Amino acid sequence: MPAYIFRRLFQAALILIGVSFITFALLYLLPADPVRQIAGRSATAQTVENIRQQLGLDQPFVVQYWRYLTSLLQGDLGRSYLQKSEVTELIAARLPASLLLMVAAIGCELVIGLTMGIVAALRRGSITDQSLMVVSFVGVSAPQFVVALLMLYFFSVRLSWFPIGGYGTWQHLVLPAVSLGIMGAGWYSRMMRSSMIDVLRQDFIRTAQAKGLAARKILIGHALPNAILPIIAMIGIDIGLFMGGIVVIESVFGWPGIGQLAWQAIQRVDIPIIMGVTLVSACAIVIGNLLADMITPFIDPRIKLR
Amino acid sequence: MKNCLLNTVAASAIAIMTAGAPAIAAEMLDPNAKPGGDIVVTYKDDVATLDPAIGYDWQNWSMIKSLFDGLMDYEPGTTNLRPGLAESYEIAEDGQAFTFKLRSGVKFHNGREMTAEDVKYSLDRVTNPATQSPGAGFFGSIKGYDQMADGSATALEGVSVVDPMTIKIELSRPDATFLHVMALNFASIVAKEAVMEAGDDFGKSPVGTGAFKLEEWTIGQKLVFAKNADYWRKGLPYLDTITFEVGQEPIVALLRLQKGEVDIPGDGIPPAKFQEVMADPEQKARVIEGGQLHTGYITLNVKMPPFDNLDVRKAVNMAINKERITQVINGRAVPATQPLPPTMPGYTDGYDGYPFDPDGAKALLAKAGFPDGFETELFVMNTDPNPRIAQAIQQDLANIGIKAAIQSLASANVIAAGGEEDQAPMIWSGGMAWIADFPDASNFYGPILGCDGATVGGWNWSWYCNEELDAMATKADSITEASMVDDRLKMWSDIYMAVMEDAPWVPVFNEQRFTMKSKRMGGADALYVDPVSIPINYDYAYVTE
Repeated sequence: MPAYIFRRLFQAALILIGVSFITFALLYLLPADPVRQIAGRSATAQTVENIRQQLGLDQPFVVQYWRYLTSLLQGDLGRSYLQKSEVTELIAARLPASLLLMVAAIGCELVIGLTMGIVAALRRGSITDQSLMVVSFVGVSAPQFVVALLMLYFFSVRLSWFPIGGYGTWQHLVLPAVSLGIMGAGWYSRMMRSSMIDVLRQDFIRTAQAKGLAARKILIGHALPNAILPIIAMIGIDIGLFMGGIVVIESVFGWPGIGQLAWQAIQRVDIPIIMGVTLVSACAIVIGNLLADMITPFIDPRIKLR
Repeated sequence: MKNCLLNTVAASAIAIMTAGAPAIAAEMLDPNAKPGGDIVVTYKDDVATLDPAIGYDWQNWSMIKSLFDGLMDYEPGTTNLRPGLAESYEIAEDGQAFTFKLRSGVKFHNGREMTAEDVKYSLDRVTNPATQSPGAGFFGSIKGYDQMADGSATALEGVSVVDPMTIKIELSRPDATFLHVMALNFASIVAKEAVMEAGDDFGKSPVGTGAFKLEEWTIGQKLVFAKNADYWRKGLPYLDTITFEVGQEPIVALLRLQKGEVDIPGDGIPPAKFQEVMADPEQKARVIEGGQLHTGYITLNVKMPPFDNLDVRKAVNMAINKERITQVINGRAVPATQPLPPTMPGYTDGYDGYPFDPDGAKALLAKAGFPDGFETELFVMNTDPNPRIAQAIQQDLANIGIKAAIQSLASANVIAAGGEEDQAPMIWSGGMAWIADFPDASNFYGPILGCDGATVGGWNWSWYCNEELDAMATKADSITEASMVDDRLKMWSDIYMAVMEDAPWVPVFNEQRFTMKSKRMGGADALYVDPVSIPINYDYAYVTE
């Protein structure tokens, strides 16, 4: 296991360097000049050139990337071009909020998705099954910002159950987490349903039933651990999807996470922030996948990490 | 010495005042105002910086105005210049030296008294290339600016401390706009020791002499401004605190305003909700409308065929239905006839611009050798309502046979394309359009219509360069005599009329401002459409309950 983790971490480092190179190269090729954004519309050509030199943006691509990489390896993500603050500080201030939202959204999609999937599988072909699958279809299809705005309107404005956006208490967390998790819940319910139906047809389930084991025990002790495996692998991949979703959800609910930071930075070509957020997102995806792979053997002892 | 330029400026400012928002008496406290209270203002974007040398967006502009002061200032709700940290000033006869006497007893937020050394430090700092100030270019007329810009000097030769309460600024050329420049945020006075201590983070821990001081800044969540009890304008500000909540979508901010949780939605009324709000008398009563020094325009790149042909440019001017475009944005603008907005001194009254005449436009196109039209591209910023406006322009052009493909891009990409000589044949300026830095006719020329801006990376996206007009502009800005105010404005009017003859732009509309406030917000309406403080002038606003 330790050798496996070490190898995966080494691979992760290579992936992150690759991500940093590709992102840096794309931003370099972007037909927009960050110096013009900093210098503003009234700047003279001399001011523009001075700023370009100070930021090292007059250097060839290879030199610029090498400087970035060496700073990165020392834990320095640079300073924002426009805010002038340390990127690590800006990300550190916002990351906890995004992580909290992401964990809560994963919780939501698992609770909602798995429950719907299991119930639908157990009531296969019934009206309950069909209704749940319609709901999951809507969850998968509805654009997140529409879901978010509708929830905000009904639960905050009309019913006053939750605050209208903001951050700080568990009440603030509920609507963003559900809005972000609802799409995943739709997918999970469909996956869980088919996976569960598949498992329930297996011989070992029939054996357990023949032994006279209680239905609940069969479900929780035998069917669920087998049916849930594909879902766990999905969670790691989902983190990547969430990174896209939080930009929208954080914006609608005024949630102070890194999605908002990324969106603003992209609009203003603030390269150090875009790089920083991309790398943090890549880290989250890599770690998420690693964790998902490490959890699997605990659920299914037949799987071994090598 | 004589105080001649003051008259020039005052005269031009009065011209604006009569056409613009109602005035408020200077230094007079509102008898209805009740000190105290806390308000909530929302914004979608986080605040980039509160460093007055760096901050240059409409969001932080008014915040910085409340944290800092400059030597000059504007009467609240107007564009009338008045002395700020300068108690009085004198101008040399040739208009090339200004001596400012500072107010005594003005304290920075850290408790130290402000002196002339701070003024010198602040001007040296903003013009030092290491500061990377986007406003450095405004100080180009101060003697020694060029040496600062090329790095051969570390202090402005023209700025000298006469005594602790007196500062003298010498110019390298007469500059009719200099006092306006001294009222810009970039000319705000900062405390040297606070800048030294904070370094690059001064924008997060600003120390000025303004009506409010920064009490708390939780990145990505909120900023809290607290009243500066030692503020030198006695009796101000009225409010105890202002909380700026960031990361709030405009539509969410409006919902919160309706529930009484927000006092001012900083990003304004969302376009999608505008008609709904204006149709409800109760909500409409809380919307204040005012003009702003803004023009939205289409640039026609005179370096790119077929827009190098004057008849083609005139035809495009005649093809655009400006009335319909203002309807696209729910009537939140008035059709434009010329580059200057109507409230700007130098605006040519009685000039109707090119008429909307598709048949005449077709005839001109045929005369230019394009009887069947041609294909071209229209660049536009990709945020609402700009793509919709671009579609309206596209339809108007199609009516005279011009097939324009819309390139809808992020603002940075449009700006980059406009800054290249051969990239963008047409650009709709929406979202990036010119809003005056200060209320003077010259501010609409140099970077966007003058030869200096027609360079790679410049903002003159039509690449129009008329050296005769440039010379005329320089001459106009050298006129500082009070007796020649009208001559100067006439020269500027003539310059813009000559620009219209050459038709490098299609001036489309002048946007109006609509500020919405909560029921409890008090103060004159002019404070809520203050020409230099968007959305509102925080120093003079108050709450009634």
